[in-house]
Amino acid sequence: MGKSIVTIGGGIAGIEASGILAELGYAVSVIEKEPDFGGKLKNWDHLFPNMRKAEEIEDYLSRKGKTPGITLFPNTTIASFENIKSGFVLKSNHGVSYSAHAVIVATGFEVFSAERKEEYGYKIYDNVITSADLEKRLKSGTPLTTLAGKTPQRIAFIHCVGSRDAKVGNTYCSKVCCVTGVKQAIEVNKLLPATQIFNFYMDLRMHGLEHEEIYKTAQEKHNIQFIRGRLSEVSENIDHSLLIKAEDTLSGRPLKMNVDLVVLLVGMEPGVGTTAIGKACNIEFNQYGYLKIPDVHLAGNLTSRKGIFVAGSCSCPMSVKDTIEHARSAAFEVHRYLIEN
Amino acid sequence: MGKFGFSVMETRTVNFGELDNRLLGYVLENEASFLTCISCGGCTATCSAGNLIDFNVRKINLFLRRCDIESLAREIDKCMLCGKCTLVCPRDINIRNVVMLIKKGIVKFRNE
Amino acid sequence: MKAEGKRNIWREYQKEIACDHFYYQRSCIRQNFFPASEKTFLKILRDELGKDIYDDPLHTTCTGIGYHTDVVPFDTIQAVVARHFALMTEAGYKNMAISCVTSFGIYSEITETWKEFPEELEKVRKSLKKAIGKEFEVPANIAHASDIIYKFKGEIAEKQQFELINKQTGKPLKIVEHIGCHYSKMFPSKGVGGAEFPHVLSGMIEEWGGEVVDYPERRHCCGFGFRQYMVQSNRGYSLSNSKKKFESMEPYMPDAIVANCPGCNMFLDKWQYTLAEMQGKTYGQNGKGIPVLTYEELAGLVLGYNPWDLGLQMHQIDCEPLLDKMKVPYNPEDKYLGANKKYIGRPEVAACLA
Repeated sequence: MGKSIVTIGGGIAGIEASGILAELGYAVSVIEKEPDFGGKLKNWDHLFPNMRKAEEIEDYLSRKGKTPGITLFPNTTIASFENIKSGFVLKSNHGVSYSAHAVIVATGFEVFSAERKEEYGYKIYDNVITSADLEKRLKSGTPLTTLAGKTPQRIAFIHCVGSRDAKVGNTYCSKVCCVTGVKQAIEVNKLLPATQIFNFYMDLRMHGLEHEEIYKTAQEKHNIQFIRGRLSEVSENIDHSLLIKAEDTLSGRPLKMNVDLVVLLVGMEPGVGTTAIGKACNIEFNQYGYLKIPDVHLAGNLTSRKGIFVAGSCSCPMSVKDTIEHARSAAFEVHRYLIEN
Repeated sequence: MGKFGFSVMETRTVNFGELDNRLLGYVLENEASFLTCISCGGCTATCSAGNLIDFNVRKINLFLRRCDIESLAREIDKCMLCGKCTLVCPRDINIRNVVMLIKKGIVKFRNE
Repeated sequence: MKAEGKRNIWREYQKEIACDHFYYQRSCIRQNFFPASEKTFLKILRDELGKDIYDDPLHTTCTGIGYHTDVVPFDTIQAVVARHFALMTEAGYKNMAISCVTSFGIYSEITETWKEFPEELEKVRKSLKKAIGKEFEVPANIAHASDIIYKFKGEIAEKQQFELINKQTGKPLKIVEHIGCHYSKMFPSKGVGGAEFPHVLSGMIEEWGGEVVDYPERRHCCGFGFRQYMVQSNRGYSLSNSKKKFESMEPYMPDAIVANCPGCNMFLDKWQYTLAEMQGKTYGQNGKGIPVLTYEELAGLVLGYNPWDLGLQMHQIDCEPLLDKMKVPYNPEDKYLGANKKYIGRPEVAACLA
């Protein structure tokens, strides 16, 4: 066929889509700004809904990345983007030119910077961490303790940090945090069975077959306690434990609680890479800053420009599973486009 | 009247069809942001008055939507209009304005 | 506690504070309860820092108390504020230095209103012209007086006579900082360091050798609230909020509290007396109360001013334990003598504090 494709972003979506297209015989160049591929997957320990090790997916992707026809370009960013008759020419920061008949944008997401919720004291109080931090700690296998090395007696997971919050400018639901919070609560309970665990939520969005099952398991087998109330603030006690305040909405009274560790379930945001590439390619963004798709039902991988496609969480928050599916459909859309053009 | 040792019981059901929703309409018309309340309780958690007395600012939404004007009037009087609820609201609702509108609306519809 | 995290937040909330040529706007409450604080502020600016500041006898209350208790409508307070701007303009000044935190909030609220609703500004211009024939410029810079001390905290440190160090132990004094709600909770960007982790007072404390106490209820309001204390039966709100703070700070054994708001200074000081009377409970060391200072009083002590010239005898809670720790000299016999050496009376002492 001899047609070439450039994929921007070598995370889950970028590698998956590129692997399929390479199998179909296309020459695919994958541009990745980091030294290694796989995106944020390397930071995750276990994946919901079946608690598989994230490494299994990493291994799968690393095999996929070796598909004949794929060339990986680590430590590379796009400096310029040009339209030509047969497609596009992209120039890298190293001065290399890539010509492409089609481009896939797979620049992924960023984790919400929790320090923007100043009242929760992230990066100020010793024992306030994010779900992303916890995932790394679980993966490292080191014992889960407070900064001072104490086994936490009580831990609070805080849902919707940086999501569904007009005050930080993110009014959307990040979709993965509810289940992540309950998954992590279960994992912590397995490690520290004597520790009391509370999840503070506004609505628990445990959709589908598996997620509701995780919720039920958390209640039945792991004694996770769920409190319906949004946190107003976190402050630090003299012993470096944390005082958290919320409304216990079901009893209708303000509630305070001392905990040893607070885990903020941070949402997703469009990354700086997505913003930069979107602007360079001159494609449209939606109101939330993600890349805009022209039809939510029928064109989930298209952008506002012909020949430029989108794969994965640069178009909206997605789980690993959703990302892989979205990448596969992106590959199909690109293939169809290249056959037709 | 005969003494039966029991009586006819009135229903506790909220009968939506018979609710007087003029006040609700008035508030929403003048402060549309209140449509988006999700009853998360952030307001009550931070409320200056509710930390000390039996006052629940979140329930204003509930009383208003169930048209329980009596409870609403009793509750709203406890607000000191400090505005902290407005600061924390994840839906960015102008809660202080909602309280002011309810106060105005109660007088308005009582006289109508 | 990670200091770096706080510094990151402070970098986000840096405000512009004018360097010189200030028009001073005094406070109603402070002139009565802490009369020497404003005098000290003027002295520091003029004598220590060589600044020009105009103390205008023509200005009045901003009517903030009336505004926040629904006695003064918004149109009226706008006109009063506009008159002050007119006085400032006539005196040839562009930078406001405001003593009271509520006035600071009022000026911020009104100038922000004018940005959002220019028609309000036009209305006020017309009314003021019609009523008293005056015209005005909106100030180029509006700073709270504590912002200005914050800006020059380093210059003050260069002239420092006494450090915020407990000379008996050699350790930094543990000081609770408390900012008024109207300082930055209304407009976080208008306060040095924002609303959650304000830096305006903690910056001074650290600069002058002290240690800031970060206790759980640090952010909580002192409880003052015009709607609370104006009605006697509501004062329980005010008192209970202060109590919540005292209980929360007690385990840290603070040596002093410093505040930048008239109401906070007044109530954090006087409610300690009330709680001692009502419940026989004190929150300071050795069964005493915790001394409560204004930032000018703190700066004055650091600069070596006589404690009685700073007005510390006007406090309900005795400041002598703090002076002793800092080794600031004072004559106990002069404490309740006024300028003409006449006895000025003394605050009542709660039975359990005596």
